[in-house]
Amino acid sequence: MSWRLLKDKLIRQSFAAILILSLVVIAVILIGLGLKSIPLLRAEDLGTILTESVWSPLNGSFGFFPFIMGTVWVTFISLIIAVPLCILASTYLVEYADDALRKMVLPLVNVLAAIPPVLYGVWGVLFVVPFLSEYIAPIVGAETTGYTVFAGGIVLAVMIFPIMVSIMVEVLQTIPYELKAASLSLGATKWETIVKVILVKSRPGLVAAVVLGISRAFGETIAVLMVCGNIPQVPKSFFDAGYPLPALIANNFGEMMSIPLYDSALMFAALLLFTLIFGFNLISRIILNRLEGKA
Amino acid sequence: MSNVNKRLFKEKIAKVAMQVSGITITGSLFFIIGTILYKGIPYLSWDIISQVPKGGFYMGKEGGILNAILGSLYLATSSTILATLLGVPISVFLNVYVKSGSFLERSCKLLFDVLFGIPSIVYGAIAFSIMVWVGIRASLLGGIITITLLTIPIVVRTIDELLRTIPIDLKHVTFSLGATRWETAKICLKYIKPGVFTAILLAFGRAIGDVAGVLLTTGFSDNLPKYIDEPAATLPLAIFFQLSSPIPEVQGRAYASALVLTFIILVIVICTHLLASKQRKHKI
Amino acid sequence: MNASRPHIQIKDLNVTIEGKRILKNINLSIPNNSITSIIGPSGCGKTTLLKTLNRLVDDTKGLEISGSVLVNGEDLYADGAEVTHIRKKMGLLSQKPFPLPMSIFDNVAYGPRIHGEKNKRVLAQLVETQLRNVGLWEEVKDRLDASATRLSIGQQQRLCLARGLAVKPEIILGDESTSALDPVSTQTIENLLIELKQDYTIVLVTHILRQARRVSDYIIFVYDGEIIEFGKTDEILLNPKQEITQQYVKGFIS
Repeated sequence: MSWRLLKDKLIRQSFAAILILSLVVIAVILIGLGLKSIPLLRAEDLGTILTESVWSPLNGSFGFFPFIMGTVWVTFISLIIAVPLCILASTYLVEYADDALRKMVLPLVNVLAAIPPVLYGVWGVLFVVPFLSEYIAPIVGAETTGYTVFAGGIVLAVMIFPIMVSIMVEVLQTIPYELKAASLSLGATKWETIVKVILVKSRPGLVAAVVLGISRAFGETIAVLMVCGNIPQVPKSFFDAGYPLPALIANNFGEMMSIPLYDSALMFAALLLFTLIFGFNLISRIILNRLEGKA
Repeated sequence: MSNVNKRLFKEKIAKVAMQVSGITITGSLFFIIGTILYKGIPYLSWDIISQVPKGGFYMGKEGGILNAILGSLYLATSSTILATLLGVPISVFLNVYVKSGSFLERSCKLLFDVLFGIPSIVYGAIAFSIMVWVGIRASLLGGIITITLLTIPIVVRTIDELLRTIPIDLKHVTFSLGATRWETAKICLKYIKPGVFTAILLAFGRAIGDVAGVLLTTGFSDNLPKYIDEPAATLPLAIFFQLSSPIPEVQGRAYASALVLTFIILVIVICTHLLASKQRKHKI
Repeated sequence: MNASRPHIQIKDLNVTIEGKRILKNINLSIPNNSITSIIGPSGCGKTTLLKTLNRLVDDTKGLEISGSVLVNGEDLYADGAEVTHIRKKMGLLSQKPFPLPMSIFDNVAYGPRIHGEKNKRVLAQLVETQLRNVGLWEEVKDRLDASATRLSIGQQQRLCLARGLAVKPEIILGDESTSALDPVSTQTIENLLIELKQDYTIVLVTHILRQARRVSDYIIFVYDGEIIEFGKTDEILLNPKQEITQQYVKGFIS
């Protein structure tokens, strides 16, 4: 066999080996997480730990409910803020803006994506927290330090702008011109065409963008940790402090080793987070792939 | 005609709402960077970036964050190199060697796509457990391994998107000239060369800014990073610790450190942008 | 409807797109209640000409337009002319059917609803009338709520015609509207158009000379952005006066 062919075969095999290696590593990670969570799951019943509100590792009670709710609250708030803004802005960029504006704005939005989370956290502490406690809370009549799920939601909203806008813009650009022409030639205004035809047609893609935004929001650790208060309680209002899952893991790994079952609990939290995000991402990618195939 | 006027009015309102949204989104970028600039510049000094923390740095005494700057640079560079060495072959293998549309190709690509979204805290938690189990202490090495794992999907996915843009005819033509897959791969890589650098920069940017992955695995140190098996400081963590201090002077230095990190990131972004436009020039 | 005044009158129309002159000095009166076909080689400007009639050309980048298009005496391109009510007067049938992403019923009812009709009974009546007009009623009456995308392509094109008719236009524009259809659906659409010309003025763009012959009363031959000849179908196709027209209809240029 000539050297050329032999080289090709060697390279093929080494590349394949690298792929297999990475797949093995991923499997090990999953199995590892699972194994480490087992002690906790053996001690407590799965349903209980997911719904219990008491988190007191010293006493052996591991109620994950406050953390699940903390994650839910900050994510929910970030979506209320980000989804309408992103849909409106993306629609404007695709349907109304001229090329020059688009070429200028899209890269700027992508820069947002490159900013490290810790800087978002700094911004949150500098601006969002005081803003909430000094301006917004008095208007509503609430008293708060500002370190709230609301602050977490605002910071998260800005963090998920880029991923949602970039996918939404892509999706909106695939709508064929003739469909808009059909609506316009019936005498509809541009906005009516957008609402009744374009947004309807792009709904699956828009949903996929939101789902990806959700999964990003779920996993964000440091920025939220810096502004959300870190109190293990179930938040009852926007101005309550919260304690999302990632923050739980990040804050407590130091004590992990000294308290029994604590490390298992934190690994379980990581497994929970992994599963949730993996699931959301999977669904979203499948939707997007199917849309791409149709286009 | 009032029906028409009503509808046109609705459109005008919608247009305003859309423009406000757009301005809010793009404006937030300037707002964030502006806040950091505004708060950080007063505290920025040559000392800060050229010195290591002397005793009591976090209590307001002398020193700088050179340890963290270097630590982050070493960490990010090493893991980016590793991630590239591992990620590029994986991506090339999936796009050039494996049959297009096969189950293996589709499921692997989907897998890496999804891994792309897994947060660094998960990687950090796992790495920490493994390190505890094996007996390694928190160190630069631990951080490098964690961040490499984190950035491999980024490299794989970015290169994958780039390889997808190669017109399929290019591959076919090369094959029909009798080239082996590796030779075809080389041509594909040449075609997307600026894009490869973009991928590397993207990975680097992610690596240098990450906190959750290094928090559990790299530890912290006031010394310059010297050995790979010792704890090392990282810039994001330095910012975080300084910010948590009750002393305003130290908090101010946190903003200056944030400014340093912002500067590094902006440099990366500009380079990425320049490379991306170079990529477009050679498109078929 | 004033029988003596032409529905559509084009005066000194010039269209330039990104610096290239697409239509040059078009002057034309389109006869009422008849089918006029615009023919010509690819790229000659016939589709642009059609699009100027309902101002769909507005969306084109780099557009410069001068002259006037009068519909019932009203200039579409006058300053401040309101576009949506202009477009309402024209139904557009494009090359590929584009059903809106909604049910069959909602597709036909889309136009009237937009323009303010909310009464459910009136809408239902309208939908049924138009679907009958295009011969779709019997085929879809049991599944008006089904998505319009489930219809066959021939049915979709008929649906689009019904949708266009539902806004009570006076003019129907067709842009190669049967080129995506099979021969049977094509024939159905052609027969429909022939029936409809009693009540509407119809302008079609087509590159199939035989179709032009089958359905049109008048033919306009466009070449390189100019109107070369305009007249009754048989005259143009059998006895063209201009050299270029002769070459085109004989198939020497395309």
